[in-house]
Amino acid sequence: MADEIILLDFWPSMFGMKVRIALAEKGLKYEYRDEDLFNKGPLLLEMNPIHKKIPVLIHNGKPICESQIIVQYIDEVWKDKSPLLPSDPYHRAQARFWADYIDKKLHLLGQRLWRTKGEEQEANKEYIECLKLLEGELGDKPYFGGENFGFVDVNLMPYFSWLYVFEIAANFSIEAECPKLITWAKRCMEKESVSTSLPDRQKLYDFFLQLKKWHGIE
Amino acid sequence: MVGVKLFRTWSSPFALRAVWALKIKGIDYETIFEDLSNKSPSLLQYNPVYKKVPVLVHNGKPIAESLIILEYIDETWKHAPLLPEDPHERATARFWAKFGDDKVLTSIWSVFIKQGKEQEEAMVPALENLKFLEEELKGKKFFGGETIGFVDLALGWLGNLISILEEIVGLKVVDGEKFPLLSAWMQDFADAPIIKDNWPPRDRMIVKFQALRDATIAAAAAAAAAATSK
Repeated sequence: MADEIILLDFWPSMFGMKVRIALAEKGLKYEYRDEDLFNKGPLLLEMNPIHKKIPVLIHNGKPICESQIIVQYIDEVWKDKSPLLPSDPYHRAQARFWADYIDKKLHLLGQRLWRTKGEEQEANKEYIECLKLLEGELGDKPYFGGENFGFVDVNLMPYFSWLYVFEIAANFSIEAECPKLITWAKRCMEKESVSTSLPDRQKLYDFFLQLKKWHGIE
Repeated sequence: MVGVKLFRTWSSPFALRAVWALKIKGIDYETIFEDLSNKSPSLLQYNPVYKKVPVLVHNGKPIAESLIILEYIDETWKHAPLLPEDPHERATARFWAKFGDDKVLTSIWSVFIKQGKEQEEAMVPALENLKFLEEELKGKKFFGGETIGFVDLALGWLGNLISILEEIVGLKVVDGEKFPLLSAWMQDFADAPIIKDNWPPRDRMIVKFQALRDATIAAAAAAAAAATSK
């Protein structure tokens, strides 16, 4: 019996992007549904009644919520192709640690870059410090996963899709500060699973301008 | 360096998760108690990113973040599994553990560090979150089913800390009538053989958390005063 996979998503969402990349890495066919977050559909509310948020993966009628949990689920079910987590428990723990760090720190700091007036300098500095820490973790490896694109790579790439927007909005560039990460991001973008899962930069930037308006920020 | 070490504090509910998991698996380990006002060079070396406890060190390699530690323990010592085998059930277990930390803990903490009208308002989301847990327990003794599992360990702090926080603020949060299943689970979990011998001393906990509440309220008041006088 063929698998039925539906992804409830919102195209600019970094969390949704992670799931799209994971599904593409596994070569999976699925139905993509863009949700109107101001007018949430009944399926979203039924499948994620607690948080009412995207992304939600629906596999043969059963929902899985929370992007990192979804990516691990995808990796466990379709384990024979392009494994995202390593097999050794210690390396798995390290991968989970960095993915969690990315969600905890980068996400919050990214928001501060454009939402808080008067704190831009400090927000920029902290953001770059975080990226530098990640760059240290990457070291000389082609991917965070080592020779192969892996769990941490999946988790970090979506932020790079937004980085273009942040750099313009917060008037800073990470090129000089984190050259290895820039090289890493370019390498990842060469993968079809990544380039087809991330939105067009200009489209994202236009969305960001709209987002600022909604938040009443100039 | 061979063997298992656990860096913890006497009171950390997050560290207890690792203690329980190691006990369930019957793993011998060495405990290193940390004084967070004077962190040891070892802790700073093993957890340079957050400098927090718990940290598990296995054969010289450190693992930080309590839920990540639980998964590591489960994957390294495969007997007495904490997570179910089925991928969808595993995803569901991870979901509830995350819900516990992201929502239940933060909303209950919010009630604890507030007072008056603000505290009343903070009760609303806290009770909503507890209701979700109550629903999830329908037809089960533990969140893991018949036996204690991953979600029970993740939410286990409720079995001890709730009554301590309730005593300090003089407020009943987990009412036995409103939350019969959750109340029963809290009792069953707290009294379970592996769990009950590891709770920190109650009188010390009351002193500690009372001081924490007082300090947090004082800091909030000072910040509010500074904001209005600008």
